[in-house]
Amino acid sequence: MRRFLFWALLCLLAGFLPSAAAQTAAPGSDPGAALLETLDVDSYRDKGEAITAIVQSDDERAREWLQALLDGRLQRADDGRFVVVLDNAGRNWPVEDALTGEALGEMSRRELDRIGINNALRNQLRSAIAVVDLISPDVERRRSSADRLLGEVDEALAETLVPVIEEAEDDYVRRRLGQALAIYQAENGEMAGVEALSGSLHPRARVALNRAASGDDPVVADAARAALASVEQNLKLNRGVETLYFGLSLGSVLVLAAIGLAITFGVMGVINMAHGELMMLGAYTTWMMQQLLPGQPGLALVLSIPAGFLVAALVGIAIERGVIQFLKGRPLETLLATFGISLILQQLVRTVISPLNRTVITPEWMSGSLVINDALSLTLNRLYVMGFALFVFAALMLVMRRTRLGLEVRAVTQNRAMARAMGIRATRVDILTFALGSGVAGLAGVALSQLTNVGPNLGQNYIIDSFMVVVFGGVGNLWGTLVAGLSLGVINQVLEPWAGAVLAKIIVLVFIILFIQKRPRGLFPQKGRAAEG
Amino acid sequence: MSLHSTSGRFWLARPFHERATQIFLGVLLAALVIVTVLHVALPRGHALHVNAYTVNLFGKYLSYALLAVAVDLVWGYLGILSLGHGAFFAIGGYAMGMYLMRQIGERGTYGHPVLPDFMVFLNWESLPWYWHGFDMAWFAFAMVLLAPGLLALVFGFLAFRSRVTGVYLSIITQALTFALMLAFFRNEMGFGGNNGLTDFREILGFNLRSSDTRLGLFIASGVALALGYILCRAIVTSKLGRVCVATRDAEARTRFIGYRVERFQLFVFVVSAMLAGVAGALYVPQVGIINPSEFSPLFSIEIVLWVALGGRATLYGAVIGAILVNYAKTVFTGVMPDAWLFALGGLFVLVTVLLPRGVAGLLPGFTRRADHQPKEASA
Repeated sequence: MRRFLFWALLCLLAGFLPSAAAQTAAPGSDPGAALLETLDVDSYRDKGEAITAIVQSDDERAREWLQALLDGRLQRADDGRFVVVLDNAGRNWPVEDALTGEALGEMSRRELDRIGINNALRNQLRSAIAVVDLISPDVERRRSSADRLLGEVDEALAETLVPVIEEAEDDYVRRRLGQALAIYQAENGEMAGVEALSGSLHPRARVALNRAASGDDPVVADAARAALASVEQNLKLNRGVETLYFGLSLGSVLVLAAIGLAITFGVMGVINMAHGELMMLGAYTTWMMQQLLPGQPGLALVLSIPAGFLVAALVGIAIERGVIQFLKGRPLETLLATFGISLILQQLVRTVISPLNRTVITPEWMSGSLVINDALSLTLNRLYVMGFALFVFAALMLVMRRTRLGLEVRAVTQNRAMARAMGIRATRVDILTFALGSGVAGLAGVALSQLTNVGPNLGQNYIIDSFMVVVFGGVGNLWGTLVAGLSLGVINQVLEPWAGAVLAKIIVLVFIILFIQKRPRGLFPQKGRAAEG
Repeated sequence: MSLHSTSGRFWLARPFHERATQIFLGVLLAALVIVTVLHVALPRGHALHVNAYTVNLFGKYLSYALLAVAVDLVWGYLGILSLGHGAFFAIGGYAMGMYLMRQIGERGTYGHPVLPDFMVFLNWESLPWYWHGFDMAWFAFAMVLLAPGLLALVFGFLAFRSRVTGVYLSIITQALTFALMLAFFRNEMGFGGNNGLTDFREILGFNLRSSDTRLGLFIASGVALALGYILCRAIVTSKLGRVCVATRDAEARTRFIGYRVERFQLFVFVVSAMLAGVAGALYVPQVGIINPSEFSPLFSIEIVLWVALGGRATLYGAVIGAILVNYAKTVFTGVMPDAWLFALGGLFVLVTVLLPRGVAGLLPGFTRRADHQPKEASA
């Protein structure tokens, strides 16, 4: 009953309150109080005008009020003060004074009355907040606000925007706002808007152009269709770049996976079927490093680069000494034995760690993406992996070309007997090569941990692909591996949209089988006597 | 079994004059008879009674053994390490599975007179063209031979013509079976996708769930193994077989002598693929399902292990290996499933490093002879 009375009184007052407030706003008192007072009216139309007034008031608390109003947290207490509710869970809500920002402790929800809004007001509030943000001193806030305005501009806002655009200091904000305005204009069939949107990639721009294209004015509609065509063109280009990016990313993973295999296969003529499992060990090393250094995923990742290399290289040496050296000159048996090792390693991880996938955290500086434009953003982790692949490739190239070990490896690859006659200890070269190739597999695993799930089956999926890369590129040729890996990655990604992931993979496999018909020794075959296998 | 003693006789009759073949066939026949008698004559519950489940299991081993013989034919005598024979096995199995699917008729869950259940489920309107004819047994059985044979012909033609050998060939065959596995996983292929073909009812009018049919399939597998073994022996003891062994040990030299090596390779490869197809066709009705996992590279490489464990280039070694490994697998996966992959992986290493001649090398009377011992071409 008391509540009803209160409401009735409020309604009565509402009619003449604004004028009353205006009268009581003596010089020196807070002008904000009057502004808020105008909000507490019944008519939504009046509320809308009040909101516009608040936006135009340049009051620095305006944003906070508008946001609170939008969230339903701007309320009026029984004693007539306007408060902002900080947390509306439970019965008693902590509040602060809307005008002074002073904390008022907790108030019961019964003492408070929400200032209601409807959907139209909600929309108005959103753009109002965006406009307030546009003049905020914080650049990031200005930018994100400009982003939010795309497609949200209405008649009133359009007028306000024009001076804002002219005054905007930030280039990005000016461009975005221009776009937002153009979208509004295009939707209303204005030529200027359609022209400005030509080639724009934002999905809202396309919506606006589509609407303009079906408008009444034939000239504008034609222009809109032309603009749409250029948008499509531009989108196609961007999709092409994106496909290329994904292809190169996949390709660099393939290069990482294959390059170690290429080295061991080139030198020893041995297919190490456990190569994929060495990658898996590298990935698990990353996971373990992150377990050892909780809270520092970035540092752990950096440290796991040498750690992954070492772990995989040591396991590689163990494989070479334990099994492969006894199978000299029997490549097919070596293949079977190393396959057995791969099974053991997989099961070992399943038994010791877990059959389930482990999560490797992506450090902050590697997550997120590089936004090129509205239709194209490149994920950072892939970019890093690409860079890492190139780095590993360059490092291997240096080892092969500039070091004593590299010289010996190349000699043994080309002619084992002759190299031994020249005093090269082929067995030692074998061990070191195998360690190097395995270590690189470990590095590939570290990189992969950032792209896929780390689980016992991680390596299995790569052994066939990596061997395909080696075959495609030509054995004993690092450049061949690089070119083959990258091109297979790109081919796969290009085929994927219209053939589906599985079919794309099949097509690539068939392609390689046919390719070997033409060039049995790969893209870059070894020349001369070394080629006589 | 030198060339002199065997030449002059009809080529298919030649194997019967070999000691090893006589012993092998004798043992196989004895095994078939004993199992049949123990199954039929003894009452249920008798200590020596062999139940239907075990008969079925043995039948499965025998079809695996035939598959191993097929692999040994190309690996042992031709030097081609095929890591994709599972593909031929699976294709033969799918041909049989398609026949069995069509035999279900209206008794499927959806009761469609023509379409198998999974097609009804996928809202297919009509039977894809490659499913036609599989309602006829003769056509399906012909396909069991022709489909893997054709794949082997095309693939082998391309591979051998461009002289892909050694590890290259191994990995390409692995890629082949991997690609097929991916393809068969797709529902659009029309082979039941992930679930494969299953829920079979009867074969040639016999109920697949009755123990008599199972016994029949077991015997059929044994007979097929015997025939396949004789055929392979006949091939390897013929002049063609000698050329194959020559190719295995020195491909370039054989080529220079004037043999068209790739033709011999192709012929034997196709025969082997067909044998694998038959093995698959016998396997499917006994296990009651065929799905893309038979295409998995792991299965194909496991077959090679059977052969390696049993002893390469002996044929009977392949049979021994297939049965030993699969028996071990049955026991292990029942008792301690986690340990199976350790055991399998360990076997791969131990056999290649310590037992290059396999179990057959330990048998009495095994002497080191030129045609028994494959020499690995140097890398």
